[in-house]
Amino acid sequence: MSGANRIAGKGRLTPARTVRFTFDGQALTAVEGDTLASALIANGIHLTGRSFKYHRPRGMLSAGPEEPNALMDIGRDSARRTPNVRATVQEVFDGMQAKSQNRWPSLSFDIGAVNNLASPMFAAGFYYKTFMWPKAAWKKLYEPVIRNAAGLGVSPSERDPDHYANHHAHCDVLVIGGGVAGLAAALSAAHAGAEVIICDEQPEMGGAFRHETDTTIAGKSGFDWAQAVVAELRAMDNVRVLTRTTAFGYQAQNHVGLVERVTEHLAAPDARLPRERMWQVRARQVVIATGAIERHMVFANNDRPGIMLASAARTFLNHFGVAVGARVGVYTANDSAYNAAFDLKRAGVSIPVIVDVRPQVDAALLARAADLGIEVLTGHAVVDTKGSLRVRSMKVARIGGGGGKDYAIDALIMSSGWTPSVHMYSQSRGKVVWDEASERFLPGVHPQASMSIGACNGTDDLNETIAEAVRAGRESAEKAGVASGGGWAPPAAVAGTSWAGNMMGSGEGAGPDTTVKAFVDFQNDVTAKDIRLAVREGMESIEHVKRFTTNGMATDQGKTSNIHGLAIAAEMLDRPLPKVGLTTFRSPYTPVTFGAIVNHSRGALFDPTRKTPMHDWEAAHGAVFEDVGQWKRAWYYPRTGEDMHQAVNRECRTVREAAGLFDASTLGKIEVVGPDAAAFLNLLYTNSWDKLEPGRCKYGIMLREDGFIYDDGVVGRMAEDRFHVTTTTGGAPRVMHHMEDYLQTEFPHLKVWLTSTSEQWAVIAVQGPKAREIIAPLVEGIDMSSEAMPHMSVREGRICGVPTRLFRMSFTGEAGFEVNVPADYGKAVWEAIWARAEPMGACAYGTEAMHVLRAEKGYIIVGQDTDGTVTPDDAGLNWAVAKKKPDFVGIRGMKRPDLVREGRKQLVGLQTRDPKIVLEEGAQIVADPNQTVPMKMLGHVTSSYWSENCGRSIAMGVVAGGRSLMGQTLYVPMPDRTIEVTVTDTVFIDKQGERLNG
Amino acid sequence: MLLIHCPYCQEERPELEFRNTGEAHIARPADIANISDEAFEVFFFLRDNPKGLTYERWRHIHGCGRFFNAVRDTVSDKFVTTYKAGLPKVAVVRADDGSVRVSDRVEGAGL
Repeated sequence: MSGANRIAGKGRLTPARTVRFTFDGQALTAVEGDTLASALIANGIHLTGRSFKYHRPRGMLSAGPEEPNALMDIGRDSARRTPNVRATVQEVFDGMQAKSQNRWPSLSFDIGAVNNLASPMFAAGFYYKTFMWPKAAWKKLYEPVIRNAAGLGVSPSERDPDHYANHHAHCDVLVIGGGVAGLAAALSAAHAGAEVIICDEQPEMGGAFRHETDTTIAGKSGFDWAQAVVAELRAMDNVRVLTRTTAFGYQAQNHVGLVERVTEHLAAPDARLPRERMWQVRARQVVIATGAIERHMVFANNDRPGIMLASAARTFLNHFGVAVGARVGVYTANDSAYNAAFDLKRAGVSIPVIVDVRPQVDAALLARAADLGIEVLTGHAVVDTKGSLRVRSMKVARIGGGGGKDYAIDALIMSSGWTPSVHMYSQSRGKVVWDEASERFLPGVHPQASMSIGACNGTDDLNETIAEAVRAGRESAEKAGVASGGGWAPPAAVAGTSWAGNMMGSGEGAGPDTTVKAFVDFQNDVTAKDIRLAVREGMESIEHVKRFTTNGMATDQGKTSNIHGLAIAAEMLDRPLPKVGLTTFRSPYTPVTFGAIVNHSRGALFDPTRKTPMHDWEAAHGAVFEDVGQWKRAWYYPRTGEDMHQAVNRECRTVREAAGLFDASTLGKIEVVGPDAAAFLNLLYTNSWDKLEPGRCKYGIMLREDGFIYDDGVVGRMAEDRFHVTTTTGGAPRVMHHMEDYLQTEFPHLKVWLTSTSEQWAVIAVQGPKAREIIAPLVEGIDMSSEAMPHMSVREGRICGVPTRLFRMSFTGEAGFEVNVPADYGKAVWEAIWARAEPMGACAYGTEAMHVLRAEKGYIIVGQDTDGTVTPDDAGLNWAVAKKKPDFVGIRGMKRPDLVREGRKQLVGLQTRDPKIVLEEGAQIVADPNQTVPMKMLGHVTSSYWSENCGRSIAMGVVAGGRSLMGQTLYVPMPDRTIEVTVTDTVFIDKQGERLNG
Repeated sequence: MLLIHCPYCQEERPELEFRNTGEAHIARPADIANISDEAFEVFFFLRDNPKGLTYERWRHIHGCGRFFNAVRDTVSDKFVTTYKAGLPKVAVVRADDGSVRVSDRVEGAGL
């Protein structure tokens, strides 16, 4: 059996097709197509969770996405587990493991329920007021305990093994919602020739026809008509039908996010299928047909398991064939609950009474009730309920009459009316408008290319809805500019249910003079009393009330509670409801998983990885890599038994004693070409380029307009009109952007063309006394003698038979070359050079040794020794600033008063008194270590290393007035000691630079 | 995600292809080396940040690479128009219903 409450002959599921699942470990049977909610109710289970704050027993309130209570942990296996899933949305699959949340040790006996007894303590704003003192206790004591006690599900700890898909889709008309309005609009637009996407969150379209069974359209029941329309739409080439697909976000320019649950309902999904599919739809026109959501009644103890929306009970009966109880009370302010009662009664369920707050009710409804033998009490209210883990009785009293009579029940269905779902409209930045006649917020002017139709637009009448939808479909196609001659005539329809009747706020017995728990927001345990308290405490704006009480927050976002909360606040404030205002609806409409959002962007696809042409050789030779932006750079090459320190020391020593090979391919490279190339560089760099002869190189500094160093690099002049510019590795894109900006917008008169060539050139730095000897035999067409090719020159020729731009330059202080070859030849040329270098005692060295070697020579790294507030003078680079140029970027900025004052931080060398101590980069520098805290900081250490070549530690730092402090002692206070340092110049080795010319 | 019309490509492309590069129509002084501190402050530091219509520079960085100017309403986030760098500032008018359009009176508007 698939549950004792299954009613033979009712519903649309096939009883023979059963599936097995567990709930809190208990094995249960469902029917294929059941939601977890319908399956539990079929098995007589209404208790599905404990409330957030008071840990009150709760059951299903709804049968749809608005569900605030029945949040479950749904598992397929240990890695596939999702918390906070609404049981009313999750379809049961064979083998599903469902667990209740927020209870300990068990659902029926929960220790946290003492919160309910202590509830006077837990009024709105309680946390804000109580856990304030002492301040330190909040983080360590209060917050962890509160978070532990109150909370929803537990996030999974294992890596998600599934994959997710992402689609960008374009269409003429997107229809959101597959109820009668959406289906009619889609068919109308499709027949008019538009490319249409229609989506609906349910497995089958039909909207309200899932519960409403009294309507006929074109001679069929509403639901059957809907399925026929879906079949027709699916057969059309210009229509895409998406079920189990929620439109969750309406962004600018009709960009709508949909999430499709592809395998969440399948017992054994094909591993090739994505678990969910994200659709990013860009639609010329959007038709919003999102219907309406029924509201509950606000009365004392309205939250016991078994108390639910009338439409939910009707859905469980008419769609799933499940009775929500054997003896069901009805409490309503809306006509549609009568139809629910009639359906239940006809299915054999006892309806002891329909309690209607309205003094006058439609005579036809009363007559139908009488025919079925159901008692109706108009002008009455349910004022209280009893029952611990399930509702057992309700107390009914005449409004204003006091007293009351108890009715034994095992379920209570209720309706205070229907709230148009204006979420999508509101997300599109539309402002809702209060409709006085029908007392509800409706869409106003649509700010985007969209329209709202049907119940979400306040259109209640069935035939009006169909007419409106057909019109909207046609108009959308026309506005999208694709309408052809075709069309679709609205079918004849006879409505079976009236949706009239509306009540907002608290009912009889839950007014301002009471202290009962009449829940407004089930998920956040917000009662009518809490809303009133918020107003009494001075919250006048509904946004403040929301945040003080948490009404309308969390996973259901107030779909059932917002209007009630607003009405109670308005009553307390004695203001008309529209004057209090509605909170803004924001994306997402319902929760979206991180899996769907993150999608493909995880693991190796999270961020691109850039590798140089020599990467594989480096990896094969044991390189340890470091991430430099997106680049993988060889950091050091440890030999067997070496740690990083030993490897770097060896590499540094070998470069100065013999030679080293370094992969400098990541350097940014920009080809600057044109008759005005030199004039352009004159404007972009501090240096002057006019006199640089073709075949020579120069170290250049680039400033921003504010006068601070932006980038640096060596620039080679290949010809009168052609420069080979290098930038820092990290600076390559921004330098290109900076150059393009000036070229296009400030100096467009210059005839210059810029091309990024960073990835076109592989760069092999060969540095050290044996550098020339290593590469000379491989080079053709270039005289490499020191006389013919001095330091800072560049030649074009061939190496290993491939074209090269050969730079004689050095970032180590040794004589050296940088071999530029087309990237595809990088690895082959590297291997050829290596074959000569290795027998000559050279090594490959990584970025760490490169850092040490350049620091030994006092060469700066922009971004390490500078930080965006360092001028050329601060860095000791005044020699690189042309004095006679009339203009360059930064020429005015660097003359600002603060940039030329005395006492600015200047880059200096630092030597520790104890040569073995290596300073920490970033450590602060002071003059007097014994001063009181906070000390006066003079500057900080920017670069610091152990220098094997110097036999001691070396460091650079920026120090206020540093160049006037040469030889003086300063201090670096550390947590465990104070380190004495001497201020020096920044060159620690070969101060005369003789090795460069070797 | 916004769609932005590139006046060079003559196409609406997704925002991801573009980069905002700050306020438009701030000319770098021709004699910048000799301007006063006050003039430099105005040129380099002071920006409008209006609520409403703003003139700003964009670059179609992952497309054609060109810089261009745009008029955008910072309240509605809607682009009124985009036009090529170097063209004169486009005049716009706000209608009674709050919508904004390029003024007809200006030559070269809407490019």
